[in-house]
Amino acid sequence: MSYRRILLAALGGALAATIWMWRPAQAPNWSPAEVSQIESLWIENLPPLPVDPTNAVADDPDAAEFGHALFFDTRLSANGAIACATCHQPIRHFSDGLRKGVALGMSKRNTPSIVGTAYSPWLYWDGRRDSLWSQALSPLEDPNEHGSDRMQIVRTVQEAADLRRTYEDVFGPMPDFSDPRRFPDKAAPSINAEHTAAWRSMTAADRTTVNRVFSNLGKALAAYERRLVPAPARFDEYAAAVAKGDKPAQRSTLSAEEAFGLRLFIGKARCTECHNGPLFTNNEFHNTGILSAPGDLPDRGRSEGLRLVRNDPFNCAGAYSDAPEPYCAELDFAREGIELIGAVRTPSLRNLQNTAPFMHRGQLDTLLEIVEHYDEAPLAMIGHNEAKPLSLSGRERRALVAFLQTLFSPPAADERWLAAPALVHGARPAFAEASPRKRSTDATAQNQ
Amino acid sequence: MTPLRLTMLALIVAALLATSLVQARDFSTPVASRDGRYLLSYASELQPLVINRIHRWTLRLQLADGSSVEGARFSVSGGMPRHDHGLPTQPIVTTELGEGIYVMEGMRFHMAGTWEIVVRIEAPSGNDTAIITAEL
Repeated sequence: MSYRRILLAALGGALAATIWMWRPAQAPNWSPAEVSQIESLWIENLPPLPVDPTNAVADDPDAAEFGHALFFDTRLSANGAIACATCHQPIRHFSDGLRKGVALGMSKRNTPSIVGTAYSPWLYWDGRRDSLWSQALSPLEDPNEHGSDRMQIVRTVQEAADLRRTYEDVFGPMPDFSDPRRFPDKAAPSINAEHTAAWRSMTAADRTTVNRVFSNLGKALAAYERRLVPAPARFDEYAAAVAKGDKPAQRSTLSAEEAFGLRLFIGKARCTECHNGPLFTNNEFHNTGILSAPGDLPDRGRSEGLRLVRNDPFNCAGAYSDAPEPYCAELDFAREGIELIGAVRTPSLRNLQNTAPFMHRGQLDTLLEIVEHYDEAPLAMIGHNEAKPLSLSGRERRALVAFLQTLFSPPAADERWLAAPALVHGARPAFAEASPRKRSTDATAQNQ
Repeated sequence: MTPLRLTMLALIVAALLATSLVQARDFSTPVASRDGRYLLSYASELQPLVINRIHRWTLRLQLADGSSVEGARFSVSGGMPRHDHGLPTQPIVTTELGEGIYVMEGMRFHMAGTWEIVVRIEAPSGNDTAIITAEL
């Protein structure tokens, strides 16, 4: 073979390779099983909000307005400077950007987003509450968060004309807490010995009266939080295109790398074993071998959370549930066992933008670190890591991160729900700025 | 309310009840227990089965000859053999409806795939275990 022929063959090969590299991007072919998996993650398949029979005002618009005001109000805290929105900041998808929440003190765990949590049968990383409203009560009395006590809280609402008026519009006349012999200055069943002693000195009937008003505040907060659900993200446009078999729309919605990440997400990387359904969570408890943060003891997770929720007087079966004969299937048929040691609740993967650091104690800073963690599947410090090593290549890890970024979207709530109400007391500038400046048309279309 | 309206209402209620009973009796193909003592079939309140929703099953327990087994007691476990984990809930058989029909509450699946529901049966006619396989 002459040199000329070899040269021509080489040139022809180079030309063919160049044409191949610059070929138009092909939409991937999805098998029927993969199409079904993709559709199962599509927000279009998110069912209506589950009803909450334990909260009679769950879908009451006036209760949502009251809850919105309470969410941003600092008067319910011990120092008058902490609100729910201190840690659940709208601009950060209702989280705070810290490893662990910081209010009066430092919380034990990472502040999770509350967007979409109305769908979860369990609240908190360890599921120690079983409704949005019972969860909302807990920070008010946590010494590291609002640090207040229920006696002071109900009295604050009674004495603040604006709060009292709004409360009574929703729940009817408020009991009179002005008699100091019946209702001490500060009282609550808590780790504070003085508050606990004062609480025990009250009659059972008066304690119930206080608890009733206290639980109503949680129910109003829950009515607000139920309005915070995620809007469609770019992935959902893609899922719609896959459902229709519209290849051009698929090509224009996700890049080849993002679509490859999706293929891994529902396949080799086994993410949908836990991050499944339209909210990308099964709201179940899993030990995935995430290491404790330096200086932290291993987290007992659900094994402790189950004990706490069963003993919570504000749980589904408790006296403050509004259901006459509550059916508390999740509580009644909750499982026990060693699998729950070190297990924490699967978080949603929608809206990870601005919610780093990640994991239950903020152990990981980036999405790539999370993918690397699951790829490696290290031994758990306590309990048993359910995950198995994945043997992902560097390209596959990056593709998974690229796919996770297609799930970014703001909450599908009217913009006014994402900032402090105009006249809220104690709305500091940080809250006033806490509204995303630019919002997608999708989100606006979803306004409630 | 007029008698006609009452009759219509009663008819609607009866139709709804009948529909739900028919659905409840829409049982799976029975599985034989390990020692061959029993046949166990189920009807799910959720059809098809979907992930992440708590629901009830109705169980039908028969002897191998097809006769109903009454007065049985059950304990339920199971999980996903391929994933080495158990059920996310602790289902319990709470009610006996008669004629070998029982209500099992607290069923929930949190992953798609193959699940095994292991039902330990204790009855006057002997103890045995049946495994129901469910695909989601």
